Amino acid sequence: MEKVITMAHGSGGKTTGELIGAIFANEFDNEILNRMEDAAAVDGSKRIAMTTDSFVVTPLEYPGGDVGRLCICGTVNDLLSRGAIPKYITCGFILEEGLETETLKRIVHSMAETAREANVIIVAGDTKVIEGNGGLYINTAGVGFFDYDREISAEDAKDGDAILVSGTMGEHHATILGSRMSIANDIESDNAPLTDIVGALLKNKVDVHVLRDITRGGLATVLKELAKASESTFVVEDEKIPVSPQVRDFCGLLGLDPYYMGNEGKMVCIVDAKYADKALEIMKASKYGQDAALIGYVQKNEAAEKGMLYSKTSIGGLRNLDILQGEGLPRIC
Amino acid sequence: MCVALPGIVRKINGKTAEVDFNGNTVNARTGLVDIIEGDRVLVHAGCILQKVTEDEADSLNDLMKELKAYE
Amino acid sequence: MSSDYLKEITSYLREYDGDSMNIMEVCGSHTAAIAKSGIKSIISDKINLVSGPGCPVCVTPSAYVDKLISLALEEGNCIATFGDLMRVPGSEESLNIAKGRGADVEMVYSPMDVVELAKKNPDKNYIFAAVGFETTTPVYALLLDTIVSEKIKNIKLLTAVKTMPAVIEHLLAEGAPIDGFLAPGHVCVVTGSKIFTPLAEKYDIPFAVSGFSGEEILEALYGLVKIKKGGRVMNFYPKVVTEEGNTSAKSLIDKYFTPSAACWRGMGIIKGSGLKIRDEYSYLDAGSEGLNEDIKKNKACLCDQVLMGKKTPKDCPLFGKVCTPLTPQGACMVSEEGCCHTWIANYR
Repeated sequence: MEKVITMAHGSGGKTTGELIGAIFANEFDNEILNRMEDAAAVDGSKRIAMTTDSFVVTPLEYPGGDVGRLCICGTVNDLLSRGAIPKYITCGFILEEGLETETLKRIVHSMAETAREANVIIVAGDTKVIEGNGGLYINTAGVGFFDYDREISAEDAKDGDAILVSGTMGEHHATILGSRMSIANDIESDNAPLTDIVGALLKNKVDVHVLRDITRGGLATVLKELAKASESTFVVEDEKIPVSPQVRDFCGLLGLDPYYMGNEGKMVCIVDAKYADKALEIMKASKYGQDAALIGYVQKNEAAEKGMLYSKTSIGGLRNLDILQGEGLPRIC
Repeated sequence: MCVALPGIVRKINGKTAEVDFNGNTVNARTGLVDIIEGDRVLVHAGCILQKVTEDEADSLNDLMKELKAYE
Repeated sequence: MSSDYLKEITSYLREYDGDSMNIMEVCGSHTAAIAKSGIKSIISDKINLVSGPGCPVCVTPSAYVDKLISLALEEGNCIATFGDLMRVPGSEESLNIAKGRGADVEMVYSPMDVVELAKKNPDKNYIFAAVGFETTTPVYALLLDTIVSEKIKNIKLLTAVKTMPAVIEHLLAEGAPIDGFLAPGHVCVVTGSKIFTPLAEKYDIPFAVSGFSGEEILEALYGLVKIKKGGRVMNFYPKVVTEEGNTSAKSLIDKYFTPSAACWRGMGIIKGSGLKIRDEYSYLDAGSEGLNEDIKKNKACLCDQVLMGKKTPKDCPLFGKVCTPLTPQGACMVSEEGCCHTWIANYR
């Protein structure tokens, strides 16, 4: 194999075959993919969940993960948010010429490992090469089955429900931003598949009303969207939001707000309040859920405007939170 | 305006000092105030602006006492 | 502060039923902190908090942004900047948008980072977008000092450095209805709390120097509401603010900068409200002189009135409709610290 990707790797000819054989087929190795047919034939289910996502992160590799791990986690977590257990994933790679073959190998390897961890099979793939500067973009599609006969929807938060999060806020965002700023720390991305947490909640028959992974825009954006979708009022408490001291000070240095810091391995989970303790216990015992916390409740909607998100502040004030405005760039002044 | 955060001076390297903010290290520029290792300092835009002193709490207490008596 | 103490001042501020008071927080970080701690929900409606012109990014005029963009598009130049300046609209576009069509722009945490960049890329000319108030000026003075002492050839500054007292005096002279000022804590770290004494005495109006936590802001508000009037400066932030401020920082600023008129977006040119690089170091200035044009993007914009505390964002016909954080029409919507931006994100 050459050291970098060239246009020839996208020709469809021998060089493409080498690339696929040496990197993708080798790493993703499974019966379905190995047949190298034009389409994968897989077992089905009466009703499925489907999703798609594209991953365009810079840098491609960052502390705690890379775009390969990220694309599996993102896709898997989207399926889990509907209560579906992820089964199959397809991936389309767009490589820019100049990409180092070793980098691609590491990313594909990490993708394969994450897929195994999340218990999904990569059943189909495609590769194209474009002119450029060594970039790499991945588009995925994912299929999940409703193994527990529960379809979870963003609209189902009810008055009195308990709002939980599966862990600390902001690690992924802080990691990506930290790599561009002259601030040294050992914050690692939280990118993780949340299969274990969701599987355990559903298996133990917790009355889960809403699940949503917390990605771009952070916790506040997700909660505000959920409050709107279920036309209810959410009230959380600042002091109960789990944020590591390191991420908190990272935000402090750059004038950022942990409520708006993105994650790639955290979930909001809204359950019938009767199940709050049980849900918390299950989440804490699950992989990637040890820092889970109960952060607030859905309240009876008495506001004129539906879909409000408030936080109780440490001094007893009430803050009205909206979705992220703009890009969340660091500010100094 | 003016985001600034207190941190602890871990090591002084000539014109810069390693300042720790709960596990985030900034090589902050020195030169505006005399510091020693272990000092708590206020950092703005990668520059040490001032030392943080806790013994000034007295002057705040005096001010609050005065205000409380104010009618 | 003990929790009993906090309870006591909170209940005083909640139950306050005297004459209505307008208290202006001059500093944009105070505006943001007030929103984040939910202070307006705790205190009496008789205590009205209004935002002032203390977000340096917001008050930077369009001509300055235009100049930055034209420099960034020149072959061999790179603009180094704080993140929040990237979104500020010039007369046509922002730095962020210009970046999309090839402008070379680097976002940094510290102005000192540009020294590393310049050494690493000796063929590039770096221009630091030096905006800010008294808090940030010493960092620029240190940067200039480094450039001079290390004889670095490829860094210049484009400055829009502003100072607080003249703009506050401008508000008071224009008859802004203010009964007390929450004075900017981090500005005072550098200048000392005494910088506001002449204004307090001349206009017989109290200033409370405050930190940035919810508790610290409550303490300062308590002070202002308790004394109500009288020309004095109270220091509620003594752990970092002294009367004299940081004298080494002030003398370093004085070495490289001299007072000048400055143009404020929405308010025009205000005498003595800025600093420019001294003539002997003018070779380090990337062309900051005369960037005074300030194109009002939308004639209906009320930012000038809002910045002076005469109107609230809700009085503006554009607020939340034409003018949003994604499509800012005026200064106050531009930065996360801008008054209108804060209102839209927290009070709508």
